[in-house]
This record gives sequence, structure tokens and C-alpha cells, in this order.
Amino acid sequence: MSSETKQILTTDGIPLEVSLKKAERRNKIKAFLLVAPLLLFLIITYVFPIGDMLLRSVDDKMVTEMLPKTFKAMEKWDGKELPEEEVFEAFYLDFRQLVDEKREGKLSTQLNYTKNGFKSIIKKLRRKSKNFEEGNYKEQIMAVHKRWADVEYWKAIKRRAPAITGQKYLKGMDMYKNESGEIVSVEEDRRIHRILWLRTLEIAFFVTLFCFLMAYPIAHLLATLPMKYSNLLMICVLLPFWTSLLVRTASWMILLQQQGVVNDFFVGIGLVADDARPEMMYNKTGTYVAMTQILLPFMVLPLYSVMKTISPSLMRAGKSLGGTPIVAFWKVYFPLTIPGIGAGCLLCFILAIGYYITPALVGGASGTLISNQIAFHMKSTLDWSFASAMGLMLLSGVLAIYWVYNKLVGIDNIKLG
Amino acid sequence: MALPKHTELHYRIWHYFYLTICGAVFFFLIAPLFVIFPLSFNAEEFLSFSDGMKRLDPDAFSLRWYKDMIYGTKNPWGLAAKNSFIIAIFATIGSVLLGTVAALGLSSRHMPYKGIIMAVLISPMIVPLIISGVAIFFFMAKAGLAATHTGIVLAHIILGTPFVVITVTATLSGFDHSVTRAAASLGSNPVNTFMKITLPLILPGVISGGLFAFVTSFDEVVVVLFLAGLENTTIPIQMWTGLREQLSPTILAVATCLIILSTLILVTAELLRRRSERLRGINR
Repeated sequence: MSSETKQILTTDGIPLEVSLKKAERRNKIKAFLLVAPLLLFLIITYVFPIGDMLLRSVDDKMVTEMLPKTFKAMEKWDGKELPEEEVFEAFYLDFRQLVDEKREGKLSTQLNYTKNGFKSIIKKLRRKSKNFEEGNYKEQIMAVHKRWADVEYWKAIKRRAPAITGQKYLKGMDMYKNESGEIVSVEEDRRIHRILWLRTLEIAFFVTLFCFLMAYPIAHLLATLPMKYSNLLMICVLLPFWTSLLVRTASWMILLQQQGVVNDFFVGIGLVADDARPEMMYNKTGTYVAMTQILLPFMVLPLYSVMKTISPSLMRAGKSLGGTPIVAFWKVYFPLTIPGIGAGCLLCFILAIGYYITPALVGGASGTLISNQIAFHMKSTLDWSFASAMGLMLLSGVLAIYWVYNKLVGIDNIKLG
Repeated sequence: MALPKHTELHYRIWHYFYLTICGAVFFFLIAPLFVIFPLSFNAEEFLSFSDGMKRLDPDAFSLRWYKDMIYGTKNPWGLAAKNSFIIAIFATIGSVLLGTVAALGLSSRHMPYKGIIMAVLISPMIVPLIISGVAIFFFMAKAGLAATHTGIVLAHIILGTPFVVITVTATLSGFDHSVTRAAASLGSNPVNTFMKITLPLILPGVISGGLFAFVTSFDEVVVVLFLAGLENTTIPIQMWTGLREQLSPTILAVATCLIILSTLILVTAELLRRRSERLRGINR
């Protein structure tokens, strides 16, 4: 064969290989252009803002920008003894600038976060520094108050030099950095965030478990019943699924209140006395009951779609080979439903872990979850950087769960009903 | 489900036990919705069944709360309903347009980096809502769109597109691409092919994705709570405030209307699903 015949040409005289590659590239660009609008939209309005949360959560530029000269001068300071004159001079210059711009109040608030006792000495410094003479600022500043001659306060200022901080993340786990730079936990009775994290995990876990225990039998029934019955029963699953979350929460509030239907029923059958109606709402019980009912369809639907594909002859084969129904179920049927169990549990757990509305309404104080805390800091305390830090901690937890799930079961198994 | 005659006793017992459990779970799922219905006709101001209602006394029932919902003084529901529908309709249109086009690209076998792009596109569905809420709020505040209808519509497009992308990609997975090639070989341009061939075939998927997007927007409260001002109040926000402050039976009247709406949506979605399955069956 000669080399000319090896290369196949198209009618235009271009080698076929080149022409094919070109067409391939054109198709790739075409497909990408179709996706591009949505991708761009989401990147701008959603992915970047999540990145923005990350920046906000570690942002600590405020003090850095307020004392630029001081931190520059402090670079040479070893941080053991009192700093040299040049640090004091730089601090004086920065401070005068802040006083001129009327921003020294912000500085005192910020420094007071780092170490108690800054507020009063900054006030005093502002008054006295008006009459400072040029030169020898170290003596003059130290003369204002004895704390200015205390090296611990200068160390505290130096700790605020970096423009980024992990302090909000530590706070989210009830920890902080003490004076010597060690990471320690806050006192036992002030560890509110750890309680919330644990409670969130606990509620998400048990809600998922209850959902699984309730969903498995009915998904099995729905998958094995003849079509005309199962379609009818499917409404019981789909109607709550399509109904507003707030409507379902409202109905639980009516059912569970002290004069509510459930309590009336308990009194009616003599289970509890009329004057000893149990508190079923504004506590964990309310959160468990309402969340289980609300998330149940998310467990039933993936289980159902997997069970639907399992041929009934498999169970018959298992039984005819001598297995009791229980053995046949455990060895044949159950393993086949594992993708459905995985998808349902993942869906339920992830939804439960980020739940906000239902716990806020029926949870009371002991039923609130980490999401409520995030919303609280967003809307009430306006500590957005802390809310961002907690949000990202939650997000990384969720992503870790996805990662584990993907390793164990494979993410492709998720179906939408 | 009838059991064969020869079934042994303990299987028989187990079988009825199983059916009882299933019945209880179905009851647990559906009964709470039906509590709202009669209570919304309560003549009194309580949220429990009055003695008159238990006796089925006609005087114990009234349309009082429905009237209050529609004509009540300082009534927030009219504005809320208007806002909810406007926002949901625009959000649905946006989600369907963006989502369908993206799904077409994603189902092409030439699509590069399919996995990672799909992950980005459906991420708003995976990330807990509260985090999406915080992130979207930061964006809208910077863009000056907080407390505007536009901002809320954009936010709901973000939350609604994953559903459209998923349902339409699922419909397209059973799609026979030779029909579009046939159209092209007969001289049709791509737009024409899409409108005349592809769209009618994937329409059930598009509509059910749209329904998901509509319900997501209509029912969404977490993100709206961050974004909405007084002007942009929606039905979920009104319900949220109502449930937190004072549980008035008017809320039950609204809830009943919402249940009727969701029943209609459920029926539509089910009919579409069956139609889509039938269409895909023919293609195979």
C-alpha cells in the first residue's frame, strides 16, 4: 500500500481525520453553549456568593486596616518584652488618624473582643494624646495608664495583625484562642454550639431511622400490590409530598397542641387524665413527629422506584430453594433494595440536617437546630461572618456525607420519584 | 391482598400484622392534612373541634374564616397571593427556559466535563436551604436586589432549575436522537427541529419540571425570609408569621386552599408522568 491511499480524504480534499475532529469540536462547543447560560447564571448568583461566604467568615481586615503603620513596625518586634519606641510612634500616628476620622470607637470595640480592658484605656488615650509633645511617644503613652505599659495589651494588639482569622470557626465549635495562642474550649456551661451540632446530628439520624422503618413496609406494599390499588395508595404519599411545608407544619401544630386532637384522643380513650395532658409541642417530640411525617415521602419514593424493579420471581425462587420467607427476604430481597435505602437515607438525612422551618415552629427551645442558629445570627445579631462560618461548617459536613455515599453506593442511584 | 388457602397460621398473622402497620403509616402520612379541612369551617375562634362540630351541628360550621381571608380588614392575604403567583410564574418561566436548554446540552454525548457541570447545576438542590439562603442574600444585597420582586424571582430560578434539569435530562435519556437527524436530513434547521420534533416529545418532562419549579417557588420560605421586604410578602411568609404569632383559623382556610391547589398539581403531574412513560415506551 502506498502512503497516499492510507489517508482518506473527504470531498473537500481535507483528510477525514481532521474533518471529523473539527466536527467533533464544533459539536462540543454547541453542547457547551447550550449549558453556558445556566452555568454562568449559577456561577454568578450562587457559586461565587458561597465563595463570598468563605471570605466573610475569615475576614478580619478591620483592625489590620485601622493600624497599618503599627503592624508594619511590629514586624520586627519579638513579642516578649515591651516594644521599642518606633512601635509606639507608629501606634500614635495611626491612632491620631483614627481620632481625626472619629473611628477610634470601633477600634476600642474590636480590641476589647481580643482582650478586656481596652475600652477605658483607649478613651483615656484619646483625651491625653491631644496634648502629646513630639518625640518619646513610648514614655508619654505609658504614662496615660498603667495598662499601656503592660506587654500583654501590646501582644493583644499584635494578635489582630493578620487580615484573616479562623476565630469564627473556633467559636462555632465553642473554642477560642487564648492569650498564649493555644486553642481551648470555653467553660462547660457555655458550650451552646456543641449542643446544637450534636442535637442536629441526633435529630437527623433518628428522623432518618424512623423514616426508614416506616417507609420500608409501605414502599414494599406499593411495589407489590396490583397497579389499580397501588396508584390509589400512592396518593397518600404524593399528596403530602406536593403540599406546602407550612401547611403540613400547621396541621401538626393543631394536632399536637395541648387542647389538640391527639391529646383529646388520648383523654378520650383514658390514656391520660384531662388535667395531665402531655406537652407534645415546643419540644423534641414535636420536632421528631412533624419532621418524620414531612420527610417520609422522600424515603418512600426512592425505595419504591427500586423495589418496583425487583422481580417477584426472585423471592419465589428463594423460597422454592428451601429458604423460609425470612431467609429469602434477608438474603435475596433486602440486598437488592440497598441502592434505594441509600438514596432515601441520604436524601432524608441531608434534608433533616439543614431543617429550619419546622423546628422553628414546633421545636421550642429544646428542638432548635443549627440552621435556626444560623438564621438567628443572620437576622437578629447581624453577625454575618459568624453565620457564614457556621453555614460553611454545615456545608462541609453535607459534602462529606455525599462523598462517603458516593464511595459506598454511587451518586448515580439517586432518583426523583 | 388475599392469601392462598393453604397459608399457615403464623404467616397469616404476620401478613395481617404487616398490613396493619402499612395502614397505620398511610394514616400517619395523610390524616394530618385532613384535620385542617373541617377545622377551617369552624364557627368559633379555636383551633380544636368544638362540641357542636362533634355533634355535626350545622350552626357550628361557617365560612367565617374564608370571608376573613378574602375581605378581612388589614388583610395581607390578597397581596401575598398576588405576589406569590407573580413570583412563582416568572420563576417557573425562567427555570424552564434555562433548565431545558441546559438539559439539551447536557444530554448531548459531545458535552465535555459532564460530571462536574451537572454537579454545579444541581447543587442548589443538594446544599441545605439555609446556606443557599445566606449565599443568595449576600449576592442580592450586593447587587441591590434585596427586597425586590426581581431578586426573589432570580433566587427562585436558582432553586427551581435543578428540578427542570433533572426531569428533562431523564426524559431525554429515552429520546431517540435519530428523529432529529431525520429532520435535519430533510432540510429542517435546528430551531425548527427543536420546536417541531424535540419539544413535543419531551414536553411532559418539561412541564413536570416546570411544576416542580412552580411548587418550589410557591412554597419557598427560607430564602424569601432573608430577601423579602414588606412589599414582597408571599403566602408562605404570611403563614410563617401567622403560625409564629397567633394561630388564627384564617390560616386554616388558606391552608385548605393550598391543599386543593396541591391536589390539582398532583393530578396534573401524575397524568403527565404516565403520558411521558407512554411516549417513551413508543420510542423504544
